This record gives sequence, C-alpha cells and structure tokens, in this order.
Amino acid sequence: MRSYALRRVLQAVVVLWAAFTLSFVILYLLPGDAVLAKLGGGDTATALTPEQIAQARAEYGLDDPWFVQYGKRLAGALHADFGRSIATGDSATHMVLTALPPTLAVAGLGLVLALLFGGGAALAGTYTRAKWLGNLLLSLPPLGISLPVFWVGLVLVQIFSFQLRVLPALGNNGPQSLILPAITLALPTGAVIGQVLAKSLRTQLAEPYIETVRAKGAGRGRVHFGHALRNAAIPVLTMVGVVAGQLLAGSVVTETVFSRDGVGRVTTAAVNAQDIPVVQAVIVLAAFFFVVINLAVDLIYPLLDPRVRCDPAVRVRKELVHG
Amino acid sequence: MIGVHSRTPALILSLAAVSVVAACSSAATTADAGPPRAGGTLTLAVGSNPDCLDPQQTGTNASLNVGRQLVDSLTDQDPDTGEIKPWLATSWESNADSTSFTFHLRPGVTFSDGTPLDAAAVKTSFDGVKALGAKSLLGLGYLASYRSATVVDPQTVRFDFTTPSAQFLQATSTMSLGILAPAAYQKTPDQRCQGDGLIGSGPFVFGSFKQNSEIVITKRKGYNWGSSLWKHQGEAYLDTVDYKIVPEPGVRTGSLLSGQLSATTEVQPVDEAQFQGNGFSEQTRPNPGIVFNLHANVTKGVLTDERVRQAVSKGINRQEVTDTVLSPNYKPATSILASTTPLHADLSQELAYDPAGATRLLDEDGWVPGPDGIRVKNGQRLSASVLFSSVFNQSQSVLELIQQQLRKIGFDLRIELHTNAEVLQLQQAGNYEFLWYNVTRADPDILRNNFSTKAGNRSKLAPGNPLDAALDQQAASIDPAVRKPAAEQAQRLIVEQAYAIPVFELTQVIAVGPDAHAVGFEASSRLQLFDTWVSGS
Repeated sequence: MRSYALRRVLQAVVVLWAAFTLSFVILYLLPGDAVLAKLGGGDTATALTPEQIAQARAEYGLDDPWFVQYGKRLAGALHADFGRSIATGDSATHMVLTALPPTLAVAGLGLVLALLFGGGAALAGTYTRAKWLGNLLLSLPPLGISLPVFWVGLVLVQIFSFQLRVLPALGNNGPQSLILPAITLALPTGAVIGQVLAKSLRTQLAEPYIETVRAKGAGRGRVHFGHALRNAAIPVLTMVGVVAGQLLAGSVVTETVFSRDGVGRVTTAAVNAQDIPVVQAVIVLAAFFFVVINLAVDLIYPLLDPRVRCDPAVRVRKELVHG
Repeated sequence: MIGVHSRTPALILSLAAVSVVAACSSAATTADAGPPRAGGTLTLAVGSNPDCLDPQQTGTNASLNVGRQLVDSLTDQDPDTGEIKPWLATSWESNADSTSFTFHLRPGVTFSDGTPLDAAAVKTSFDGVKALGAKSLLGLGYLASYRSATVVDPQTVRFDFTTPSAQFLQATSTMSLGILAPAAYQKTPDQRCQGDGLIGSGPFVFGSFKQNSEIVITKRKGYNWGSSLWKHQGEAYLDTVDYKIVPEPGVRTGSLLSGQLSATTEVQPVDEAQFQGNGFSEQTRPNPGIVFNLHANVTKGVLTDERVRQAVSKGINRQEVTDTVLSPNYKPATSILASTTPLHADLSQELAYDPAGATRLLDEDGWVPGPDGIRVKNGQRLSASVLFSSVFNQSQSVLELIQQQLRKIGFDLRIELHTNAEVLQLQQAGNYEFLWYNVTRADPDILRNNFSTKAGNRSKLAPGNPLDAALDQQAASIDPAVRKPAAEQAQRLIVEQAYAIPVFELTQVIAVGPDAHAVGFEASSRLQLFDTWVSGS
C-alpha cells in the first residue's frame, strides 16, 4: 500500500509538470503574446512605435529566450508563484484562488444534484414495475446528454429569472444565485451518471448472485438497494472522477451565461489574452484537482469492494473491463 | 440571443432620428420624471470585465466608464460643440505654436484622501502618466512630445512640449489625463489597476472591484467642484453606482426588462427594438474619432492603384450596411471622422454609393471581368484582404455585406479574422492590405496619429506628401480659424485619395429602465453619471 501511494504521488508530480510544460509550449508557440494582445485591444489603439512595444515586452520578460522564460516560470511555480497577470496586473495565483470558491460552490452543488437526478432516474427506472414509467425514466439520461449546456442555461434564465422572476439572473450574491447554474451543470452530468448506473444495475440484477440473495428470502428493495446497487456503484464512482473535470469545463459556460465570477471566466479571459501566468495557474490547479479526485476515487474502491483491497489500480481496471 | 424581434423600419427610423438628436446632450431620459432626487443606486450592466480600473492606464470602454466618475480633469469638453470648458482649471493660455500651456487651478479642491489638489499634485499626476509609457495606451499619444510640467505657483501649472501639440488641450479634458492624488503614485501601476491607491478628486470614490462580477463606487461627500458643463453643482445625485459585469447580451437585455438592472450598456442592434416605447428608452451617441473604415496600405497589391481604392469606396453602399446589419441608431460615415468629432467635414457627397462610377473607373483603368466575375488586369486579380479582430461584435457581418457589395463591381474582398495580438503584429510589420478598425477620440488630431508619416502611417505613404502638411498644420494651433481649414483639408485628401475608406460611425447604445434618468455621455461618448438620478425606492 505504501509503495502504491508513493507511485501515485510520483505520477501526480509528472502529470502536473507535463500540464505546466505543455501549456507553456502551446501559448509560447501561438502567434502574438499577452503584451500585444493588451496593446492591440480596444477601439482606442494609439499608433505605437516598435520601441514602445519592445519596452512593454521587456517589462514583462517576454523578450527573454524561451528557455529563460520557461525556467523562471517553473522556478516560480514550485513556490506556487505563477507571476503577475499581464492583463490585470494582479498575481495569477491570487486571481485563481479568489475565483475558486464560487466555482467549487456551483460545481459541488451541481455534483450533488447530478447524483440525485441521475441516481434517482436510474434507480427508479430500474425498480419500477410499470414498464412505461421505467422507459420514460430511463430515456431521461440520453435526453439530458443531448442538451447543450449553453442552451439549458439560457432557457432556465429566461423562465425562472426573466418570466417568473423568482431567481436572480446574474451575480455571485447569496445561495439563491447558485441554484440555476448548479441545475444547468447538473443536467448533462446527471445524465451521464444515470446512464452508467442504469446499465450497471441491469447487469448486476442479471448476475447469478442475485438469485442466491433472492433464494435467501431478501425482499425486492433489499436486493435492489442493498446488493445490486453496491456493486453497480463502482463504475459510477469511476465516472464521478471523470465528470468532476466536466463540471470544471462546464463552469466556463455557466459562469458566462450567469455572469458569475469563477475559474471558468478567468480561464476564458486569460486564454483570449494569451496571459500565460494565469493560464498556467489554472491548468496546474485543474490538473491538481484531477489527480486528487482520481486518487480519492481509487482509495474509495476498496471500501465498496473488498476484492480491490490488495492492489487497487490493477483490480479496478479488471473490474471495469468485466463489468 | 433568444428571440429575434421583427420591427417596422419606418417607425423606428423616426424614433431613432429623435433619439440621435437628443443623444447629443446629456438630456433627461424621461420628460415627466419630475425634479431630480438625491440618493439611490444605479445598477448598470457592462459587457466585459474591465481588467484595470485606472483611467490613466486603460483604453477600454468598460473601464473608462468607471474611471470617468472617479477623477476630475483640468478641462471638460462640450459634447454638443466640441468646445473646451473650465473644470479644475478656471482658465488657461497657450503660446503661438502650441508648445506651452499654462493652467490656472480652481482653489479649494481636495482628493478623497483629504490632500489638496494643487499645481504640485497636477505635475505629479502628469509626470506619472508619462512614466507609464506604453502602459498608458491613450496617455502615450496625448503626451507623445511632453517635455515637462512646471509648478509656477501653488495654483498655476505650465506644460511644455517638444513639438506643437494643439491636441493637448482636448486631451486635458479626458479621463486618461484625469488627476490622481500624489499618494496614488506610492502604489505600483498594477496595484492602481485593482483599485488600490486609485484616489481621485471626482464625484465618486472607488468602493470595491470583484473581477468578472461587479464594481461599486460611492458618492464623494462634500464634492463641490463639478465641471462647468454639468446640469447641477454640489454632490452627485446617486449614492452608489453598481456596475454588473454581464458578458451575455441576451442576459443584459432580459435582466433590464425584468427589473434586475437600472440600465445597460452595449445593447446589440438586434435587441434595440425591445427598449422602444414601453417605459424603457435608449440613449445613443456616435463615438467621435476615426469611423470604422477599410484603411488601405497603398504599397500592397492592387491597392497601390488609386483608382482601385476610389472604386472600392464608390462600390460600398453605406446606407445598406447600417440598415441591414446594424440599426437606425448607427449612421453611415460622412467623413473619415465621425460627425461627433470637432472640425468634422461633411463629405457625404464624396462617399455616396455610386456603383456606375466605380465600374467606370475600373473599366477605364483596364480591369476586365474574369470568368468568375472578379476583374483581372495583366493576370492580376482585383482582390485584397482585410484584417480585423472581433472587438466590435458586428464587424464580421458588416464585412461580409461589404464583400457582397464589392463583388458586384468585380472586386474580391477577402475577410481575415485575427486576434488582437495578431492584428497588432501584422500591422507593425506592415503586412496587410486593408485594416478594419475605428479609434475613439474627440479631436481631429487622431488623423495625424494614424496617417502622418511621422506617426502611425497606416497607409504607408511617402514622407513629404500634402496630407502630412495639413496634419502638421492642424497640430500647431488651437485657433479654430487655422485648425479648421487644415483639418478639413486632411479629411478631404484621405477620402478623395481613398487612403482609408470610411464605412460607418460606431455608436454607443444604452438602454435605460423606467427608474433611471439623465444617463449621459461626455464628449468621447463615455458615460458621465454626475447628473444621473433614480426615482422610486
């Protein structure tokens, strides 16, 4: 177990370094740079001399050769200092950390709602004896997946904010402002969870061990929620690791539609402005979350399934292949 | 975004005609609103995050619309006449060749940190802008030949320039040269961007800035040194202005209609009809300065041929552009300068749609229609590219319409969308045929900035041409009798030689809810909220 943990930490470090390096390479190779983006923006562009542009680029160290820039940035990143944003002048780490809580709040609530929507539809759809109801419930996840997040957000704003006027359309103020964005995020995410859980439940219910449980006299509810669900939950857990990333990506859209501050907005702006310090801070943070969530998921497997206990990584993969 | 609304062009055209006339002053938005009332909050949506709030540093409207309320300027500019009027300076004089300006300051003015606004503070502030270099996108141009500021006595300050700078007088009226307190320069420019040390003497003081979310400014207690152009004196009416950053145009529109906002900037042409005649109103004003235009590089491809450039100008139906892609609030260009720019010359005759004239010019010049309808001459296709970045949402649609219009005279316009960074890079390298852009500035000197061979020279003209002479002449005198003919001559040369082909005037369109009144524009078409007030609770 200890060598396993060590291996996972090493892997994580490599992933973080790769994310950092790749983002630098891509942004460095793009035509133009953050200073040009800043000076070229707006409708007020004064005619600049090449000297003035050179001076501005020197001020941000953008005239250094690539390996010097890369080295400086990497050294800073090791101390969680990604440098100052060229667009806003604020520290990139500070910008991303301030933007993080509102994004986590929406993503967290979105994940809870997604589990409720998706889990609810899958459980009820497979449990019910009314065939039409089962079909209806199980057709919800594919429908949810096919709806674009952007469109769902605008429709929700239109109905609940502009027409019924029960929820605010904009801003980060108060728990009320969390509801619409969280629902918007939860629909496609919940749909994925629902699909995986429904399929997994049906597979488990067809397994021979269910017969044994029934023969022992367990009721329908106990079979469904006690035995089948516990085994069916493993692929869903794997999916949660994947959709956590989806929730972060979805925040780019929901934060724009709902005019919220957050990592999504910071990312869009930074990418548009080729603001390397901020983009790198976001990417490393996102990679960090991915690593942590997947590690957490891996460590939860053994709690659900004792067979995974000896070597989680290997066994889980087998489980997934066979399941 | 959600619904496309049909409209009746005739009615809207007449409404727009009224609103354009009204828009030139900061008139009250609702006639029967009663006397202005002090107190309350104006909740105003802006479309993009103002990365930096320091008016001395930034050039975006989202930011300048905030900065204007925080700082006072030496002078103010009358939006109706373009005249420069007293504000912090009660009077001023300049020397004959406009290289030296002396301002006499109003006594008793203080910054919001309590320190006095005197000649020494003014000097510190102007030196501070100069020291920003390229970080002050606008100040850089205004103070290009700034030599020094001298404190003559506590209430008198003199500015000296190395070359004639008539434009400086208008520049002193802008928020970019608004005065910040000496304490502001104890902070770094980056800190001031975030509001730290952003201390002015203006009618509002900085409250808070939450990135991508909102900016709050509050009334300055005891303010009593407003511009001579404002409708009332004393403190501002509003207690608070809450700027909400709302990137989605449809959400701005819906939020205003559902009462979650007092007003919104950046109304899209397609949404404008929703605010006409239902308790809501629109305030519009064309941006002064260089209109949206196809700026030709006369050293490239077919654009070296003057008759080709003139044919392109004749082949563009400007009225169709504003009628179909934009809205009646936008006006076809009548010169390279917008109609709201001082010393604008009306050249609408020269810019009339004349496809027959365009065809004749090209025929005479030896361009014959090829198999695909595009003309050719000696194996060369009549084709040029235009570079643009999406600063203005409708640019792509406008250019696509122009492309169709020019196709009718056998000219192939290739549209190339780039990022801001790429456009600047290509422009610096001289690697373009047409550039598509506009520049906001309420002074004809902006032409010198972009056309003079001693400055931007975006047309890549040879030094010593007649345009240079006219541009130098307008830069050397603040006397309208000298300046006016020179500025007119410059506009005429640019339009007739088609160094740049004007298309339409960018217009600020603000929608105002039933409770907000007198949301006004200053001379550069940025918001001036001193006289603004809200009714109701």
